[in-house]
Amino acid sequence: MIDARPHVLHDHYDVVVAGGGPAGLGAALAAREAGAERVLVVDRETEAGGILLQCIHAGFGLHHFGEELTGPEYAQRVLEAALDGGVDVLTDAYLLDVGADRAVKLLSGEHGVATLDTRAAVLAMGARERTRSAIRIPGERPAGVFTAGLAQRLVNLHGVLPGRRVAILGSGDIGLIMARRLTLEGVEVAGVFELLPHANGLTRNVVQCLHDFDIPLHLSTTVIGIDGRDRVERVTVAPVDDHRRPLPDRAWDVACDTLLVSVGLIPENELSRQLRLRLDPVTQGPVVTSAMETSRDGVFACGNVVHIHDLVDFVSAEATLAGHHAGLFAAGRHPRADNVRLQPATNVAYCVPHTISTEREHTVYLRVRNPLERCVLRLSTPDGVVVHERKLRYVVPPEMVNLRLRPAVLADFHGDALQVEVLAR
Amino acid sequence: MSDTETFSYLCIGCPLGCRLEVDADPAGDVVEVRGFSCRKGKTYAVQEHTDPRRLVTTTVAIDGARWPRLPVRTTGEVPKALVTEVCRALRGVRVSAPVRLGQVIVADVLGTGRDVIATCDAPAAART
Repeated sequence: MIDARPHVLHDHYDVVVAGGGPAGLGAALAAREAGAERVLVVDRETEAGGILLQCIHAGFGLHHFGEELTGPEYAQRVLEAALDGGVDVLTDAYLLDVGADRAVKLLSGEHGVATLDTRAAVLAMGARERTRSAIRIPGERPAGVFTAGLAQRLVNLHGVLPGRRVAILGSGDIGLIMARRLTLEGVEVAGVFELLPHANGLTRNVVQCLHDFDIPLHLSTTVIGIDGRDRVERVTVAPVDDHRRPLPDRAWDVACDTLLVSVGLIPENELSRQLRLRLDPVTQGPVVTSAMETSRDGVFACGNVVHIHDLVDFVSAEATLAGHHAGLFAAGRHPRADNVRLQPATNVAYCVPHTISTEREHTVYLRVRNPLERCVLRLSTPDGVVVHERKLRYVVPPEMVNLRLRPAVLADFHGDALQVEVLAR
Repeated sequence: MSDTETFSYLCIGCPLGCRLEVDADPAGDVVEVRGFSCRKGKTYAVQEHTDPRRLVTTTVAIDGARWPRLPVRTTGEVPKALVTEVCRALRGVRVSAPVRLGQVIVADVLGTGRDVIATCDAPAAART
């Protein structure tokens, strides 16, 4: 990677970005392009690029770059674009606080504790993995229990294998990708166990990561125990009933020295909470306007810190929006106010952004709760008057739904709230 | 038609995941494809049955870089049956920093006509 560290840290920036993954780098570039003079990205790792650096598989960039890239290729492109665009990147540093007067406090390996001021800030801290403790798997606490992303980092960056025979809990994309990755490295994968009755990752990954290597996928099955004194020796798995309660009398043991847990991501919002931003209890990320502005003026957010994306391409699109508005804000041009709240209703877990304007075009991202085929996405007033409908061939929870909304669609709507539903046709 | 054999595939074109069935004659030629709900699915079924291919992404050892592994990929898809062998062949490969994105690490790997290339820059650096 290019040496991304600036040699001088200024006292003043127009925009400071927390996090140097695709969200932060994309936002920083967009802020520059919107006219911000000095833009600083702060990242706690020793190199910028974020989690993409360890995602060595392909499948990124089809929407954003029009070609299929691996994670490191995508990361290098966005980093080079940001640096070429005049963005400063400070690695090995933490953004500790954004004060009410937008005084930013940093802790940096090179500069120590530093305070600088900024006109606008963008939160792009990404997400962290849910752990064994987050889902309360009972049993011993031996070595050998890893999150799938940690195992990915160990294998792909450090060249260290987590074990010799592995069981994987959770069929999200990271778990599936790691099943293949470990198999190719000569590790035996005993099976993937998924609590839900359907795989949680893309079909492509089920086929190319599991079927290609004859790795069994056990649906409606979960891990109910971990055995081992110093190291994992076996896990106990059991099918679950319709209410996802394990059936212990049908349990069986799986001999393994390692358990990978791939059970979802949680937006990393310590900083957002510290700034007392309004958070959405479903996404666990900040509530944002159509300009990706949080509940605090001049503080914007984008990427997995707002909601978990299934494609980095959509992170980049969101980052461009957030960075653009942060750049404009720094120049004294505040985003125009939204006039409509979006309310998730039947089969919709959440919508981002949380508010929109009837005067501008928007892309609304939403995630459904349950799979449906031949369905309709419906916008209606709280008292049930249908405002807009779009037919969808299918929806599944692992795939985010993108709804492009043009002002013409809402021309005859004069309320201040819209319900968003996905219903069977 | 009694001498055809039926093979099952799961379509990867979209999350619908159509269950595809391919009838093939004893010579391996595709006689009929069923279960697809779009043209993409039909094309995929034939390709997957007659000549399944995969892109290979893995890592090789690197000295003198920030990390001890360098991510690499094949420049295009290789026959599915060779994926494991390509990875095995790369296990003995060791390169030295600096390496540039796109640099050829192994040319024409296993005679597939595909090169193995680096997927990121790896400048000479102190180990993290």
